[in-house]
Amino acid sequence: MKILVCVSNVPDTTTKVTFTDNNTKFNTAGVQFIINPYDELALTRALEITEKQGGTVTTITVGLADTDASIRKALAIGANDAVRVNAEPTSAYFVAEQIAAYAKDQGFDLILTGRESIDYNGGQVAGLLGEMLGIPSVNVVTKIDVENGVATMERDIDGGREKLSCKLPLVASAQKELTEPRIPNMRGIMAARTKPLTVVEPTSGDVTSLTVGFDLPAAKGGVKLIPADQAEQLIDLLHNEAKVI
Amino acid sequence: MSILVFAESIDGVFKKSTFEAVSYGSEVAKKTSATCVAVSIGNVDDSKLAELANYGADKIISIKGDKVANFVAEAYAKAIANVATAEGSTIIVISNTYSGKSVSPRVAAKLNAGIASGVISYPDTTAGFNVRRAVFSGKAFADVDVKTAVKVLAITPNTFDLVTNNKPANVVAADGGLSDADFVTQTIEVLRVTGKIPLTEAEIVVSGGRGLKGPENWGLIEDLAGILGAATACSKPVSDMDWRPHSEHVGQTGITIKPNLYIAVGISGAIQHLAGVSSSKVIVAINKDPEAPFFKAADYGIVGDAFDVMPKIIEAAKKLKG
Repeated sequence: MKILVCVSNVPDTTTKVTFTDNNTKFNTAGVQFIINPYDELALTRALEITEKQGGTVTTITVGLADTDASIRKALAIGANDAVRVNAEPTSAYFVAEQIAAYAKDQGFDLILTGRESIDYNGGQVAGLLGEMLGIPSVNVVTKIDVENGVATMERDIDGGREKLSCKLPLVASAQKELTEPRIPNMRGIMAARTKPLTVVEPTSGDVTSLTVGFDLPAAKGGVKLIPADQAEQLIDLLHNEAKVI
Repeated sequence: MSILVFAESIDGVFKKSTFEAVSYGSEVAKKTSATCVAVSIGNVDDSKLAELANYGADKIISIKGDKVANFVAEAYAKAIANVATAEGSTIIVISNTYSGKSVSPRVAAKLNAGIASGVISYPDTTAGFNVRRAVFSGKAFADVDVKTAVKVLAITPNTFDLVTNNKPANVVAADGGLSDADFVTQTIEVLRVTGKIPLTEAEIVVSGGRGLKGPENWGLIEDLAGILGAATACSKPVSDMDWRPHSEHVGQTGITIKPNLYIAVGISGAIQHLAGVSSSKVIVAINKDPEAPFFKAADYGIVGDAFDVMPKIIEAAKKLKG
């Protein structure tokens, strides 16, 4: 089994989001970056699969050198080697093109991504990658097992669950519940220092879309407090004032 | 020139999100003097297909058959792309549901189209082609300029109003240009929760946190939800402790929702939780800690113990709903 896991480098979930340069750039000052939590699930599941039946796990990240800390962490968790495409990830389309360009001749049996990155929330890379490589893509997978070249999966659907199977190769995107994320141990951290991290230059890529600016939601007008001993008033306010029930 | 809308169906029935997408496509078509074409894939009766005309579809293309009875992302995407090419579509509108998210990027890659997902605005074409989308799980918005001739817009459900725009039902059958080789993934079983409102579609959500002290007290949440016709949700610690299933976890690493009304009971309102719910139209926070951050994000608040407050609210809701 050769598994490729797409790892993106995202601001920690506790980040207070602000912007600079006239609201055109995300303000990274003082921001702690982490492996995208859904990618961490994908990576852990990839390791579980290869530990059971042999194989290798490679990670790929589209990003500049400042993403190396997250990549080393992925290696410490247990990936065998890592690839970094040396480019700013400007859109999901661009990222998928870069990953597809690297993966197309590598013979990966399975490509795993997170269901979305927690910064841009597009959730598009798995589908784009599947189409660019001409292989199926299955989104929001909560279970995946591989046997005899066939993946059996469960995925979230609107209002329920679907069980499905698909022959490899395949792209799948990890949803919560897939597994519990693994925390690197000291041996892993030591080993990660000498594991191969290959940096490749990007292919030209298409500029299909550009983020031109950011904005923050308007602040709420302030809370209307209802005394606890008159809590029943809430229903009246929701019905007659807010008109939502 | 046309605007193409993917009319997603479940078991032969269109959901509200599909009508929202057709309304959106029809509004964009009106502004650009284009026609609005809807494509339905799956076995939907003609009477149901005609409903799409009520929301402004000039033409309804229906692809039926045993093969397409179940959703298969790679096949559905190919059919949508083939229809888009045949119809000369410049904008493809797809609702950002789980199924929609599976097909929209594949359609984009097939057509070399730029894609914006999680779209929450109509396009602004004064300079380029700009749409607004929610990013950082609702903590911010980004304006995206889609540069390609053909564009895919994956619009957020529960965001756009339904616009009634009666047109004659013009239903056309098609095969989508699919062959057996286009169906690689095989559906084994579809399990839909019945009798429960899916969280992502719910207009009212009642949600519980650690303040409820244990899963045995969830009757307070479920009773109020039952009376209001609401879905139930929970905070991350609650799903981490297995008090409630992961599928109920709303927040930055769970589900992002935007109901008309979100009632948070015993949830402090950590930044990660607020990210997933802050787009809700009206927010109610009930917490015994007056310093709970949720009160800063809420429209209505009650500082009090959930065990004292909730029975009063449930009683009043019962009276209202008779």
